[in-house]
Amino acid sequence: MAFTFAAFCYMLSLVLCAALIFFAIWHIIAFDELRTDFKSPIDQCNPVHALVLPEYSIHSLFCIMFLCAQEWLTLGLNIPLLFYHFWRYFHCPADSSELAYDPPAVMNADTLSYCQKEAWCKLAFYLLSFFYYLYCMIYTLVSS
Amino acid sequence: MSAPAESPHPAASARISPKLGGATASGAAAPAGPGPAPHQQNGPAQNQMQVPSGYGVHPQNYIAPSGHYPQGPGKMTSLPLDSQCGDYYSGLYTVPTQNVVTPNTANQQPGAQHMYGRGPPAPHIVGSTPGSFQGAASPTLHLHTSAAQRYSHFVNHYSSPAVYSANSSVASQGFPSTCAHYAMSTVSTAAYPSVSYPSLPAGDPYGQQMFTSQNAPTVRPLRENSFSGHSTAISHPSPLPPPPSHQYHQPQSLSGCSTLSWSASGLPSTQHNIVRNHTGSLATANSNPTNTVTDSLSCPVMQNVQPLKSSPVVSTVLSGASSTRTPPAANRTVEPVASVTQPSELLQQKGVDSSSTTSSASPMPNSYDALEGGSYPDMLSSSASSPAPDPAPEPDAAPAPAPASSAPQPSKMAKPFGYGYPTLQPGYQNATAPPNSGVAPSSPGYSGFQPYAQYPGMNQLSSGLGGLSLQSSPQPESLRPINLTQERNILPVTPVWAPVPNLNLDLKKLNCSPDSFRCTLTNIPQTQALLNKAKLPLGLLLHPFRDLTQLPVITSNTIVRCRSCRTYINPFVSFIDQRRWKCNLCYRVNDVPEEFMYNPLTRSYGEPHKRPEVQNSTVEFIASSDYMLRPPQPAVYLFVLDVSHNAVEAGYLTILCQSLLENLDKLPGDSRTRIGFMTFDSTIHFYNLQEGLSQPQMLIVSDIDDVFLPTPDSLLVNLYESKELIKDLLNALPNMFTNTRETHSALGPALQAAFKLMSPTGGRVSVFQTQLPSLGAGLLQSREDPNQRSSTKVVQHLGPATDFYKKLALDCSGQQTAVDLFLLSSQYSDLASLACMSKYSAGCIYYYPSFHYTHNPSQAEKLQKDLKRYLTRKIGFEAVMRIRCTKGLSMHTFHGNFFVRSTDLLSLANINPDAGFAVQLSIEENLTDTSLVCFQTALLYTSSKGERRIRVHTLCLPVVSSLADVYAGVDVQAAICLLANMAVDRSVSSSLSDARDALVNAVVDSLSAYGSTVSNLQHSALIAPSSLKLFPLYILALLKQKAFRTGTSTRLDDRVYAMCQIKCQPLIHLMKMIHPNLYRIDRLTDEGAIHVNDKVVPQPPLQKLSAEKLTREGAFLMDCGSVFYIWIGKSCDNHFIEDVLGYPNFASIPQKMTHLPELDTLSSERARSFITWLRDNRPLSPVLHVVKDESPAKTEFFQHLIEDRTEAAFSYYEFLLHIQQQICK
Repeated sequence: MAFTFAAFCYMLSLVLCAALIFFAIWHIIAFDELRTDFKSPIDQCNPVHALVLPEYSIHSLFCIMFLCAQEWLTLGLNIPLLFYHFWRYFHCPADSSELAYDPPAVMNADTLSYCQKEAWCKLAFYLLSFFYYLYCMIYTLVSS
Repeated sequence: MSAPAESPHPAASARISPKLGGATASGAAAPAGPGPAPHQQNGPAQNQMQVPSGYGVHPQNYIAPSGHYPQGPGKMTSLPLDSQCGDYYSGLYTVPTQNVVTPNTANQQPGAQHMYGRGPPAPHIVGSTPGSFQGAASPTLHLHTSAAQRYSHFVNHYSSPAVYSANSSVASQGFPSTCAHYAMSTVSTAAYPSVSYPSLPAGDPYGQQMFTSQNAPTVRPLRENSFSGHSTAISHPSPLPPPPSHQYHQPQSLSGCSTLSWSASGLPSTQHNIVRNHTGSLATANSNPTNTVTDSLSCPVMQNVQPLKSSPVVSTVLSGASSTRTPPAANRTVEPVASVTQPSELLQQKGVDSSSTTSSASPMPNSYDALEGGSYPDMLSSSASSPAPDPAPEPDAAPAPAPASSAPQPSKMAKPFGYGYPTLQPGYQNATAPPNSGVAPSSPGYSGFQPYAQYPGMNQLSSGLGGLSLQSSPQPESLRPINLTQERNILPVTPVWAPVPNLNLDLKKLNCSPDSFRCTLTNIPQTQALLNKAKLPLGLLLHPFRDLTQLPVITSNTIVRCRSCRTYINPFVSFIDQRRWKCNLCYRVNDVPEEFMYNPLTRSYGEPHKRPEVQNSTVEFIASSDYMLRPPQPAVYLFVLDVSHNAVEAGYLTILCQSLLENLDKLPGDSRTRIGFMTFDSTIHFYNLQEGLSQPQMLIVSDIDDVFLPTPDSLLVNLYESKELIKDLLNALPNMFTNTRETHSALGPALQAAFKLMSPTGGRVSVFQTQLPSLGAGLLQSREDPNQRSSTKVVQHLGPATDFYKKLALDCSGQQTAVDLFLLSSQYSDLASLACMSKYSAGCIYYYPSFHYTHNPSQAEKLQKDLKRYLTRKIGFEAVMRIRCTKGLSMHTFHGNFFVRSTDLLSLANINPDAGFAVQLSIEENLTDTSLVCFQTALLYTSSKGERRIRVHTLCLPVVSSLADVYAGVDVQAAICLLANMAVDRSVSSSLSDARDALVNAVVDSLSAYGSTVSNLQHSALIAPSSLKLFPLYILALLKQKAFRTGTSTRLDDRVYAMCQIKCQPLIHLMKMIHPNLYRIDRLTDEGAIHVNDKVVPQPPLQKLSAEKLTREGAFLMDCGSVFYIWIGKSCDNHFIEDVLGYPNFASIPQKMTHLPELDTLSSERARSFITWLRDNRPLSPVLHVVKDESPAKTEFFQHLIEDRTEAAFSYYEFLLHIQQQICK
């Protein structure tokens, strides 16, 4: 029963993961609103943009923390998403400064459904990782 | 079959003859042509066709036909159908013409033609008998069922019967009043019938009728079979063994007009030619029939093709049919409606009615047969309801696409039924051959065409036939296989027309003009799987705000819309009864508001189906305040002008100010119109034009990092109050900056200022830019490497370098401001980045490379002409456009200049008449339960007079279930334009080579898919259906277009501009840009000339774009849309040079010549009237270049000869071989 760095990482991840889940839900709602015509893409994309960079940063932080804590399994689970985020960041549909969601393009039915799927997948991933972190946190706390 | 048919016929004949007589008497149109007696007979025949009673007639006819045709009755019957159709149509249409036609047909074509040809009484009679067969329809129908064509016929018949029954039933039920109305319409019914058909019940009715009139028993089974057959598919044979053959023949003959029959009879071929040539042919062949007639004829041809489709439809109908039977009445009602709607239709219908009436004489009303036939009589007696239905219904109705939609729907419903896809098939043929050509086709064509046009049923039949043909022997013209590598002259000599959807006549007439609304597939595949198999793009091409000469404008307190999907009421909805209508997009049943019951046109009450909204597929509503988020804005125009050294050097200011001064009073707007000016170099200059000042006041803002408006209130001023000041400014502007040494351009800050200035009201910003923006926000670097211009590898920088302009455009769009860009530069100006300001704000882009007002007079002239059009054309402000489509279809990608606000809503800050849009569609749910799909665009805008208006276009297309039908309905021009749009997207998002590969793959995939699924011909040859024969040529043209070409030196801005044009030009202009028209003009004659405003306009044949067509002795005109080239051969006849160009010989023609002198010679007059005519047909007046064979400018001309080989690209033949190679892989 010792409070290791790994345990701390998991505790922090747990909290931040909750935030990520919130972001994912927020994305889902935003795209749904777009689809149902409630909001203009311009109004909608700006706040969505505001959330993209924090999300990517938080997730990168996870990876760095787990790397430092030498939690290889956890790191391995997160690496794919990290690479995906990097790819998104550097190949975003919009040019230069804009991230990921381009107002004129987002209403393209293909793009929109892609974004929605992406948001749902992320939600699932974050939810699973939330419980995984919870388990790992308790496990590290108990085992060490 | 024949035997039974005959027997019925006799009985029927009696009835028919009366009908005929009635028809002649009553039918204004039909009767005309033929001699009274014979004609009457013919008429009757037609009637017969329509009505069961016809059967009786048939026998007589049969006899005659039999003589013609060995096969005898069976064939006769089949033929009759077509012929009947023809007769009907013809009768309906212009009788005289018909007569003329008929003779031809009769002579030319055996049974069918005879049928058609009313002229030859006996034969015609026979033909009519066929028609009667229709009436007899049920039997024939059965036969049809056996044959695909028949199916269609059946469908039509059925539908019609159904309709009738429905109508009748309805009437009985207590829609008497409506019925009466309908009855009125009935006359017109013919057209409508198809619609109503859907109810299908008809099928049963038919069967019954058949029985009654005919030897019912056999007939019935047949019918039943046919029905089942229809439903199942085209199992033609099973139901009616004997008939099938006949039917087949008939189909052939019928559809045949297009296919077999043509070939068989000498005439046919001619007909085909005519069709193809339609324009030319019209003159000749048409001679007899009026234009309309010809059109109708062509339509019929189309029908033939359609059959397959129709057959499916039929099946649906069938199911519905049972229920519908009663509906006949309803059908009747429907018909009436139709008549009401269209005058021409009325005429036709009259003819039909008359015939029907005669038939109606037959008292048969009770049974279904009666319905068909009876209906006619009813029509006669009662007037409308019954009669009309019969004739038309039979053919069209049968298909009754209606079934699918709503069998029950009475009259109005019937229209919807019109779906009668069967007709659709005919459309295919049309596609191949323009309607006009159809006319030419001569009698067969006529008959076919007319039927289609007039009676849905006819169309259906023909379409059904066509369908059969597809499966069996006869093929629609659009499916005629063509060996591309062996067809040397693939390009028709007359311009290619849009294919006409294979709908029944009623719907066809009501359908939206292809100029405004086109679909790449005029037959919508039933499932996404089918679409994938066809490997063809599915999408719409829109030109929603085009200048219209005739537009019904409706002022009404309540705009009737579907309560669930908000669709505007349109001609393709079905009226279930007087008080309810069924939405054709979401199928919700809505109430008809009280106000809608009153028809302001006829000042009558209780005829909602006659309202203009239901009679026109393009209408404009004056919207109430419900459609406004704020009071309608005034027209506001802001001009943002580059006045740097570069701009002053180019000298555009003089031209602009001059144009503005000339057109100041013609700027669209009302008394609130406001206007403002800004200029910029490295600073921004505002002009205070406030009323009361003695002269314009210039305010300079040099802080370009934080732009502000010096006097926000007085920069945009009322045009009328400050007109003197504005004129002073415009006179002074060109000279104000003559000595400037400022070379920088702060475009970004100027745009930000313009946005601030415009944001309170919205409006139009016109930006004139002559160089790369070099200061402040949005500055750009030169990205082009001149050494890469002719690279065959990677073309970079097709996308924007910064998103500044895009963001600005989105902001502008949010404030209802559109930015139009005029780029007049001699150097690279990064149009790819600058264009974003217009792309996302719904503006337009003009590009004048190497502009200089003295060194490049042709560009200066072009700017002048473009400005004139730009300043005076219509404009709509704060617009949104929503595109709706039938449930099951969905839109996924839009092309054009706009901002997509939601999945089906485009935000257009401005809309102009020269803007085109494209939409890609996908099929999300199977369309198995519907036979028609509709698309509706609604453009809500504020006119320059401050009125809120909604322009609504509705397009209706048939659904088909067979791959052959899908191919038959390809609109190759629309497909090319859609592919070009997709290729532009691909170039930007991926790479140019990807886009080029995708274009080539589009041809390879579609042709190989066609080869492996539809055509069973040898695979060693490159076979394409006639509808796709130009596909490879156009794709090659696209690959050689500036936007997509590689290996030829192309400046990046030129390339990007070409891409912008592809994205936002309407189809007609885009096609000229992709594939110019080449004419030989040194030997213009009046042969085939048309008359426009008392002027004779010669119509020279199109030449293919190859140097092989250019002879040194000739002079050629190339029409590239925005520019005309006249190429003069070295040995060109001196008479031509002297008479037209005004120079004594070739050597004395100047290098730069942009006008034809007005010489008082015949050849000069012809050449000028031809060029003027070409110019008048487009909004942007093209600039004319006279190119001598030796001049350096000839490369410009020769690069448009896309069939020739160039250093970096295939010739057409090589390209075909390349495709063939790819397919064989």
